[in-house]
Amino acid sequence: MNEQRFRLFAGGRIDRERAVRFDFDGERYTGFAGDTVASALLAHGVHLVGRSFKYHRPRGILSAGAEEPNALLQVGRGAYTLPNQRATQVELYAGLSATSQNRWPSLRFDAGAVSSLLSPLFPAGFYYKTFMWPPSFWLRHYEPLIRRAAGLGRSPTEPDPDRYEKMHVHCDVLVVGAGAAGLAAALSAGRTGARVMLADEQSEPGGWLLGSKTAIDDAPAVEWIASALEDLRSMPEVRVLPRTTVTGYYDHNYLVALERVGDHLPPGTGGARPRQRLWKIRARQVVLATGAHERPLVFRNNDRPGIMLAGAARQYVNRYAVRPGESAVVVTNNDSAYPAAIDLSDCGMQVHIVDVRSRPPEAMAAAARQRSIEIFAGHALVAAHGHARVREVTLASLDAARTGYTGTPRRLSCDLVAMSGGLNPAVHLFSQSRGRIVYSPERGCFVPGESVQAERSAGAANGTFPLAYCLSEGREAGKAAAAAAGFRKRGGLRSPKVEGEREQPAEAWWISPPSRAGAPLNKHFVDFQNDVSAADIALAAREGYRSVEHVKRYTTTGMGTDQGKTSNTNAIAIISQTLGVDPSQVGVTTFRPPYTPLTFGALAGRDIGELADPVRTTPMHDWHLAHGAAFEDVGQWKRPWYYPAAGESMQDAVDRECLAARNAIGILDATTLGKIDIQGADAAEFLDRIYTNGFRKLAPGRCRYGLMCGEDGMVFDDGVTARLADRHFLMSTTTGGAARVLAWLEEWSQTEWPELEVYFNSVTEQYAVASISGPFARALLEELATGIDLGPEALPFMSWGEGRVAGIPARIVRVSFTGESSFEINVPSDYGLYLWTTLMRAGARYGITPFGTEAMHVLRAEKGFIIAGQDTDGTVTPDDLGLGRMVSRHKDFIGKRSLARPDCRRADRKQLVGLLTEDPQTVLPEGAQIVDRVLPRPPMKMIGHVTSSYFSANLGRSIALALLRGGRERHGERVVLPLPKRRVAATVTAPVFYDEQGERLRA
Amino acid sequence: MKYSIFSLLRNAFSYHENWPAAWRSPDPRSAYDVVIVGGGGHGLATAYYLARNHRITNVAVLEKGWLGGGNTGRNTTIIRSNYLWDESAHLYEHALRLYEGLSRDLNYNIMLSQRGVLNLAHNLGDLRELSRRVNAIRLNGIDSEILNPAEIKAMVPILNTSPSSRYPVLGASLQRRGGTARHDAVAWGLARGADARGVDIIQNCEVTGIRHSGGAVEGVETTRGYIRTKKVGVVVAGHASVLAEMAGFRLPVESHPLQALVSEPIKPIHHCVVMSNAVHVYVSQSDKGELVIGAGIDAYHSYAQRGSLPVIEEQMGALIELFPIFSRLRMLRQWGGIVDVCPDASPIIGKTPVRNLYFNCGWGTGGFKATPGSGWVFAHTIAHDTPHPLNAAFTLERFTSGALIDEHGAAAVAH
Ligand SMILES: Cc1cc2nc3c(=O)[nH]c(=O)nc-3n(C[C@H](O)[C@H](O)[C@H](O)COP(=O)(O)OP(=O)(O)OC[C@H]3O[C@@H](n4cnc5c(N)ncnc54)[C@H](O)[C@@H]3O)c2cc1C
Repeated sequence: MNEQRFRLFAGGRIDRERAVRFDFDGERYTGFAGDTVASALLAHGVHLVGRSFKYHRPRGILSAGAEEPNALLQVGRGAYTLPNQRATQVELYAGLSATSQNRWPSLRFDAGAVSSLLSPLFPAGFYYKTFMWPPSFWLRHYEPLIRRAAGLGRSPTEPDPDRYEKMHVHCDVLVVGAGAAGLAAALSAGRTGARVMLADEQSEPGGWLLGSKTAIDDAPAVEWIASALEDLRSMPEVRVLPRTTVTGYYDHNYLVALERVGDHLPPGTGGARPRQRLWKIRARQVVLATGAHERPLVFRNNDRPGIMLAGAARQYVNRYAVRPGESAVVVTNNDSAYPAAIDLSDCGMQVHIVDVRSRPPEAMAAAARQRSIEIFAGHALVAAHGHARVREVTLASLDAARTGYTGTPRRLSCDLVAMSGGLNPAVHLFSQSRGRIVYSPERGCFVPGESVQAERSAGAANGTFPLAYCLSEGREAGKAAAAAAGFRKRGGLRSPKVEGEREQPAEAWWISPPSRAGAPLNKHFVDFQNDVSAADIALAAREGYRSVEHVKRYTTTGMGTDQGKTSNTNAIAIISQTLGVDPSQVGVTTFRPPYTPLTFGALAGRDIGELADPVRTTPMHDWHLAHGAAFEDVGQWKRPWYYPAAGESMQDAVDRECLAARNAIGILDATTLGKIDIQGADAAEFLDRIYTNGFRKLAPGRCRYGLMCGEDGMVFDDGVTARLADRHFLMSTTTGGAARVLAWLEEWSQTEWPELEVYFNSVTEQYAVASISGPFARALLEELATGIDLGPEALPFMSWGEGRVAGIPARIVRVSFTGESSFEINVPSDYGLYLWTTLMRAGARYGITPFGTEAMHVLRAEKGFIIAGQDTDGTVTPDDLGLGRMVSRHKDFIGKRSLARPDCRRADRKQLVGLLTEDPQTVLPEGAQIVDRVLPRPPMKMIGHVTSSYFSANLGRSIALALLRGGRERHGERVVLPLPKRRVAATVTAPVFYDEQGERLRA
Repeated sequence: MKYSIFSLLRNAFSYHENWPAAWRSPDPRSAYDVVIVGGGGHGLATAYYLARNHRITNVAVLEKGWLGGGNTGRNTTIIRSNYLWDESAHLYEHALRLYEGLSRDLNYNIMLSQRGVLNLAHNLGDLRELSRRVNAIRLNGIDSEILNPAEIKAMVPILNTSPSSRYPVLGASLQRRGGTARHDAVAWGLARGADARGVDIIQNCEVTGIRHSGGAVEGVETTRGYIRTKKVGVVVAGHASVLAEMAGFRLPVESHPLQALVSEPIKPIHHCVVMSNAVHVYVSQSDKGELVIGAGIDAYHSYAQRGSLPVIEEQMGALIELFPIFSRLRMLRQWGGIVDVCPDASPIIGKTPVRNLYFNCGWGTGGFKATPGSGWVFAHTIAHDTPHPLNAAFTLERFTSGALIDEHGAAAVAH
């Protein structure tokens, strides 16, 4: 067991009573509750935790938070494993198992590191310049090589055992970030009675204060945090969400946050709770108090393990009670590193300060010197030395121009470098809200410009760094946000007292000059994860990739999993230096959601697996199941496809079903067809405009088959519509097209013809429908129906009537898709199963046979009835289908103008025809193409294709429907269809194979 | 300087400090023979082929932002030529053939990665449609084949092919020559090639007006001054309708946001492109290790290059349906572009009501795969004032004649 040699005896937010065991790369360690994996490893003196992407350089822990580019681990085992987890954010739990990534065979001895030796050959964008010769090598050799090097961690290889949930909430004020400014904002907004949400990504609120020794109201800051939280808890409208990262800021103050509900617990122990919860928040007002990220300084080998951000070093000391080494060099261009140096010294480290400014802040410097910390003012770090851990640094005095050194460089041995290049306000969400960020030369960083949405930034996120100002700015922002949301309270909130900090200005200084003029800057790293050096950035600019976006894409800076939180500003500064322009002229890249990576599973929520899409079944579904139906997915519906009896093949079953429908009775569950109830004074007028054929003159009690076209004049759906009353219609649509048709009707009604009084309602699920067809269908129905005359005169084809069937109120519609005399019996859904079983029982003596969609397709094809979407494909006009007579010349309708276009009137358009194969047993595959002439090999000119094709038991042969160029003129011609391994000849016919006069269906 | 392993070696000795600029950054001159509006892949390809094929080099490409920053730099880089109709098949196949030689032609590695594109079928209708397409594509002489679920599983073992899933995978079409290419490299390589042949590429130069008189174009107003020119080719994707308005006519184009996203980089686990119309999503894995994921357009119209969250949520549900193992991975970046969609989901490439003003637009969700082919035929159209046989059918007039080329099926899942 390893020891926590670097753990301090007192202080910190960890619970020394609760030891937590974990392992890293197979070694066992123990940390404490409250640790992150990073802090626990540092407590054991472990700094080397990973390898970089391109050069496989050893990497340590740079930060203590979300900005971490280096310390990425594979965490968890088996189905629970997670790649690319930032050690700085993963909370320790018992049994946690982590491994380093992107190394082989081990972290210390990584074979991939040879690429580091070859690094002179691999500047930014090298792959665009090579791997082109010989051409055949790219796909077979070069690319596989590149791919082998791709990626960091590993994907799980099993399905996710966890569950994710979503929450939708509204609030008056959303405060993002619970640091000093955010807490102050939540307090002042909360006391007005506004509904406030305060979200923070960390396990406990407090932000930067948790890692500082600052006093507020003469007490440690953590006490102020505790009392602030207590106040917030006493406000019933305030909700505090820890472990919740606001990741996206969309239009209309719509924000998305991810709450990590169970990630800090051992996998699989969260019980009924989800692993993560996605909050979708509509906020009246937003306060962004997201703090700031510290910038690294850019010097040679600034990526060695043991080199971390000064603020992070401070967090490890104060929040996690870890001494991050024995001997530290603190290097800075601003004041904030001084308290860090003092904290490091106070925990027993030997400390040197290197301040690039020639005049360090007096009071702070005095405090440092009191602790015998030596200060090198006007100096910079030339380089760090060491491999798996920094051992030593070289520093030198900067010359007057600050582009080179004077005097003799000095070496200092150390095992920690704490660096601070100043702070970058976390403007990510602000930028996502479409606010423009602007460069502030005084502060040397990008700050939020004017707000675009109902939002205000406060504290460090706004470029306001001193604590006293953070608190007051937060308080004002919270108050103003609440007021803007309509909540006010008289009387001010008292300002907490903090020690004054007068800061010296930071120096806008980014990068150490090379040790000698002209030496390369190829180990001066800017983007750690992707190994982008200052030389790479300068190269990009030199080669013409000057826009920040070009530099980013060419060098990959800022494209890592940290999205450049620590590198972007440095990169911009270096571009501006290379091009000799001001950073404000370089511009910034757009910050895109999410702020930190967002779990796919959380975005999907519960809409996966069985719930991926609702399964729709009819009231008769259980009967179909019990009778062995095979099902077909049609839209969201499960429809019986065919009902195989014992020992039957699919073809056997379909043949039997088809024969029964023509010779006895076939019964089909037609519930799934879309049913849209249409009412209103202008309903008839509306339908007249929607359908190609007329509906105004349709008499109540009658039905009509209608065709619907798009604006382009192409058939888009079809179905029978019944006129129930003068202002009342019931439209049926295809099963798959129902939702689309309803949306179509609504769109035209709402956006184009709002003057028409017409209303739509989907009633598909209100009615169950059994359709019986065949010579005995009427006889059967007459046995069961009361109160309705079913005779062909009283209820002719294309009419409907009401009565009772088996005692159930029913609407009986005489339509037929099979070509037989048919009765469609509509009953309230709840009676569907009863109706069905009653029909089956009573129909037994007529040989009633249930048939599925396959037999239905065969039967309708025998009659040449089309299926929209199968025999049409969005390029077929009514006339192409031989339905030109359904296109009214006397009224306007959607698509009419398009049908007048010359191309729609060409005689050689593709038209619906029948095909009869020469060999009656050969069934053409659907989708087979008809060519004008068969050639030994492609290309061949295609003139049509098979849309529907079946073996018809009733006809004792195969039949097919096809769309064929000029097909109507070709009846009787022979065509050939080349198939992958054979060719089939067929004769073109009219697309009707059975009962051409329609006597049976009218009977 | 020619790019090769040797020039890389040589430059390594001078710390890569002597590489010349890949293209100049000239100021606009007062007149050109041809002005191309839009420095995306299609505009740059047009300029490149004007110079390369037609020796017209007094050309400016005007780009309002940075070159390649529109849809070219935002797309999910899927390349394939398996289109249904002859006109499209020939055009996209021409583009794919050009892609196959583009790295060498440009001396810039565009990282064409022909690891295959699979289109999944999840119901009987899909299967029928799939076999129709595959038959048609093969008869056009383009590679395409059908895989059954077992063959699909063998090719993509991590795909959920369970028959009990909500929409089980019943089959797929495969174009082996399909795949991806590095989008930025396509834009940059074309820019470098055009620049080397004398074309001026002018960034941060927005066209604000199109001047014409007597029915013929005279020049363009820009944020960097007026530029006279004999011919103007407009290739601005989602902003096509804005430019048409400047010229005084309307286009049958609707602009929609289309979003895409990538995961954090993971070790290679997914080698081809898988697309599904029914379980609406598509996914590939880049050479960097990121999963690149897209789906459908945002339904509303917009010129703002960003989309809305619900589209992404649905996309993720679909992703996890097909690839349950990806559920714990994370979205790293999400973005949107503005796509120009024609009523028949095919592009418009050709002449306009204004003489010597040419438009190339309407590529919608799938124009990256056409980039070199589009530039090739558009350059021809501009140079000869008459379309190339490959784009003869893609006229603006087809919307009045009705000779549409309906490729909605090919574009059902945007890519
Ligand atoms: C998210 C997404 C995914 C996609 N996925 C794929 C895919 O996988 N495969 C595929 O084949 N296609 C895909 N596409 C489509 C493809 O990106 C486009 O069809 C193609 O890149 C268009 O290229 P372009 O050069 O015409 O347009 P763009 O690259 O958009 O170039 C147009 C340029 O014109 C400029 N411009 C606009 N107005 C002006 C003006 N007034 N003055 C000067 N310049 C102006 C713009 O700044 C822009 O740079 C996708 C698109 C998106 C948005």
